Amino acid sequence: MTEETPPQVRLANEIAVQFHHRPPEQAAQAIAQHIRMFWDPRMKAALLRLAAADPNSLDPLALAATREIG
Amino acid sequence: MALLKEPDLGTPAKPGEATVSVEVDGHPVTVQEGTSVMRAAALSGIDVPKLCATDSLEAFGSCRLCLVEIDGRKGTPASCTTPVSEGMRVRTQTPRLEKLRQGVMELYISDHPLDCLTCAANGDCELQDMSGVVGLRQVRYGYEGENHLDLEKDTSNPYFDFDPSKCIACSRCVRACGEVQGTFALTIEGRGFESKVSAGAGEMFFDSECVSCGACVQACPTATLQEKSVVDLGMPNRTVLTTCAYCGVGCSFKAELRGDELVRMVPYKDGGANEGHSCVKGRFAFGYATHPDRVTTPMVRDSIDDEWREVDWDTAINRVASGFRELQDTYGQGAIGGITSSRCTNEEVYVVQKMVRAAFGNNNVDTCARVCHSPTGYGLKQTFGTSAGTQDFRSVAQADVIVVIGANPTDAHPVFASRMKRRLREGAKLVVLDPRRIDLVRSPYIEATHHLQLTPGTNVAVVNAMAHVVVTEGLVDESFVADRCEEFEEWAEFIARPENSPEAVEAITGVPAEELREAARLYATGGNAAIYYGLGVTEHSQGSTMVMGMANLAMATGNIGREGVGVNPLRGQNNVQGSCDMGSFPHELSGYRHVSDDAVREVFETLWDRPILSEPGLRIPNMFDSALDGSFRGLFVQGEDIAQSDPNIGHVHAALRAMDLVVVQDLFLNETAKFAHVFLPGTSFLEKDGTFTNAERRINRVRPVMSPKTGKDEWEVACEIARAMGYDMAYEHPREIMAEIASITPTFAGVSFEKLDKLGSVQWPCNDSAPEGTPTMHVDAFVRGKGKFVSTPFVATTERSTRKYPLLLTTGRILSQYNVGAQTRRTANNTWHAEDVLELHPHDADDRGISDGDRVSLSSRVGTTSLRAVISERMPVGVVYTTFHHPDTGANVVTTENSDWATNCPEYKVTAVQVGLARQAEVVAQ
Ligand code: SF4
Ligand code: SF4
Ligand code: SF4
Ligand code: FES
Repeated sequence: MTEETPPQVRLANEIAVQFHHRPPEQAAQAIAQHIRMFWDPRMKAALLRLAAADPNSLDPLALAATREIG
Repeated sequence: MALLKEPDLGTPAKPGEATVSVEVDGHPVTVQEGTSVMRAAALSGIDVPKLCATDSLEAFGSCRLCLVEIDGRKGTPASCTTPVSEGMRVRTQTPRLEKLRQGVMELYISDHPLDCLTCAANGDCELQDMSGVVGLRQVRYGYEGENHLDLEKDTSNPYFDFDPSKCIACSRCVRACGEVQGTFALTIEGRGFESKVSAGAGEMFFDSECVSCGACVQACPTATLQEKSVVDLGMPNRTVLTTCAYCGVGCSFKAELRGDELVRMVPYKDGGANEGHSCVKGRFAFGYATHPDRVTTPMVRDSIDDEWREVDWDTAINRVASGFRELQDTYGQGAIGGITSSRCTNEEVYVVQKMVRAAFGNNNVDTCARVCHSPTGYGLKQTFGTSAGTQDFRSVAQADVIVVIGANPTDAHPVFASRMKRRLREGAKLVVLDPRRIDLVRSPYIEATHHLQLTPGTNVAVVNAMAHVVVTEGLVDESFVADRCEEFEEWAEFIARPENSPEAVEAITGVPAEELREAARLYATGGNAAIYYGLGVTEHSQGSTMVMGMANLAMATGNIGREGVGVNPLRGQNNVQGSCDMGSFPHELSGYRHVSDDAVREVFETLWDRPILSEPGLRIPNMFDSALDGSFRGLFVQGEDIAQSDPNIGHVHAALRAMDLVVVQDLFLNETAKFAHVFLPGTSFLEKDGTFTNAERRINRVRPVMSPKTGKDEWEVACEIARAMGYDMAYEHPREIMAEIASITPTFAGVSFEKLDKLGSVQWPCNDSAPEGTPTMHVDAFVRGKGKFVSTPFVATTERSTRKYPLLLTTGRILSQYNVGAQTRRTANNTWHAEDVLELHPHDADDRGISDGDRVSLSSRVGTTSLRAVISERMPVGVVYTTFHHPDTGANVVTTENSDWATNCPEYKVTAVQVGLARQAEVVAQ
């Protein structure tokens, strides 16, 4: 990942790797829950926007999590 | 109050239940078994004359002034070294004793300058007092004989003098340095008449091992060791009890003044955290409070390139309020926010977060704990149910195995380190997990059983491997786990996987598998085992994971819920615990309750008469990111220097520059103020009235020794900004703020200024079920009910050494300086550490042609700085170390945007860097 990666993508991906050991569905939920508990609304909105625009920039689990939030 | 002289019972209290009854001069008294005759006498109201005894030190029996007669015993035993026995009858005042004592005093005085009236210690000298007490009227031996009166003074220490001509060789200083401080810098050289105190072989104090804690000065009964400030200003005549404003130990002090002038800070024996001990910062480094650099008038400017203009308070406050409101009108309610400071009182912090939530109308409030202990909050909340250490400091005296992880207590938490060292000298075993060989690994009479010198960034792999050993070698405390915890099976299955074994992780962590196994066995089976940790745990990309990993380990071995065990963060700043408790996080209201909890919000909304948003606000790093994307435009910064202390400074500076209104409240024009439009002068701890909460959850009173130099208390300023923004917020006195906190925070329900003034301090939770507070947490049940095991897979940080940046940089701090150094750099503490240096291993230095003392460049993928190299075997090969106390080195120029996945606490402890001779680097740059 480069410096130019949008912070929301970087942060979501950093969260996602911590849940790789869990079954994908559970992991996506846990990631979504974490984001709900700790993220400001504008960051959530930005993440959803970025996920729609460039889904490949997100870890698959982070991407799955965005569907739970959205 | 008048000058507070604490009683000195001569020898320390003895632990235990068993008692003994004796009679002293006809007065019956019952005391603990093992108590000295001297202490028993003092407890019955009779002070036996003494010189070499004091109740902070074990009795020594050298001065022979404390002689007594005991029925049925021959001779005149020393009362300080004689323990009581049942039925003993003691006489402390007889003609024979009087004569003997006069003889002893006469010898002392004949070799002591008779300049009492002009001596700095006049009125505070035990030799002077005792001459009076024993009724010494004449000295038969003249000064013609051999004496010590011409010995030269040692004035090398910036804070105290040593005048050997006044020394009575009582050895209290030597014992204080050993027993209390644990440094063993002093010895008595020579014997008999020749004996004299020495700070190492003929050395001056400044050049010795002395760490300037002041314990010897305090123990000295004469003016031999004396604070320079007393020599300069004279003996103080009144006392204000207060709390140190430096580190999270939270030592209680007697601020001693002469009139309105602060003469000295003396540690308070009844202080729950420090019990009469101190370190160089709290004891001596308070001069910054009156330093000429202090700004005491509000200032404004239109742009950060303009000069500052002094204005009155109203103008400044209106500028802040109207500026913030305009930004909200244009860019939305969430366009502004605030950062609270861990240096400020609970009351000041509470009022600032209330200003943000109620007057700004958003949850954009965060605290500097973000960059230090936010992972502690997250990790301990997940596993135990609340965001705080489990023990009081005293608990370490019951520990049999002490595990220190990513902490350097002798530098960063010195007074707690002294307690810990005392226990280690008594035989407790020590395990240290740290890439660097910190002092504790080998110090006088202490040697770590295991030093696991791990590669930075591999904490989680190490703690998992320790837990792996516990689970796979049958060392789990089955009944504790069954009764007290949940989700064990899933965790045990995870942790027992082969990839978590010490052998599997050895290549990553650099820790020999067998040594790790031994350390884990010791932790699990060595009796009471306690974990103490610092920022070396939290400031990593897996900081929160590591906190949970340690909690798992403690639960699996049953090391939680009683004295001598636990998982304990050593907090950085004086009020980190408190600022977190007060609801400074964007997702939590006071007492760690999530903003999404409708019932909790309703309590606040009713009391504050404002709606509170149910979604979290921005964290500090999010504020910077949002400033750069244009959605965050105004920031109130309370007493914190984010432009120096936060990582990847280039990014922080850009964010600050992008904002329309930056308001800084501080003592000095700090680095952040360079980006500010409004500067609101803050108050020092000597002007504050309120409370600090230390790392053991102890709420201590901070009492003002002078009125605010700025003309306004800080909490008043926040109230005035809120009012100017249309939200009515007013208090008459900080005690009302605490009353409000108590009324809406269950863990603080029983806290009030009145109670604190009466009890000295309390540890939260303090409420109906624990009216005097809670020293040990999770005793019968965890705060969350059952302790929860959480699987903690190791995920390597993306910050790795590369060909371009082959070394790993880790950061820390040293004893004499404090964080960004804004205070300590403005005191004589600078004599010890005038610049930040880069420590590196001889091998790494050799490879680069670097010699000790060379100026080197330090660069990472985000920036470059230069500093002086110190070659040191403390570092493992491949790892370099520096501190961040000085803005001109700006260690954070090189630290990156990486952060803890759960809390965004920056990864200060791992940065891939390259080091080179500075000149070469310049050539390359050209
Ligand atoms: S100041 Fe502290 S470390 Fe220094 S000699 Fe005295 S007791 Fe020892
Ligand atoms: S310096 Fe003070 S404490 Fe130390 S031996 Fe001399 S008189 Fe006693
Ligand atoms: S240990 Fe901490 S609280 Fe105590 S005196 Fe030193 S800096 Fe102050
Ligand atoms: S006080 Fe007991 S021998 Fe000195």
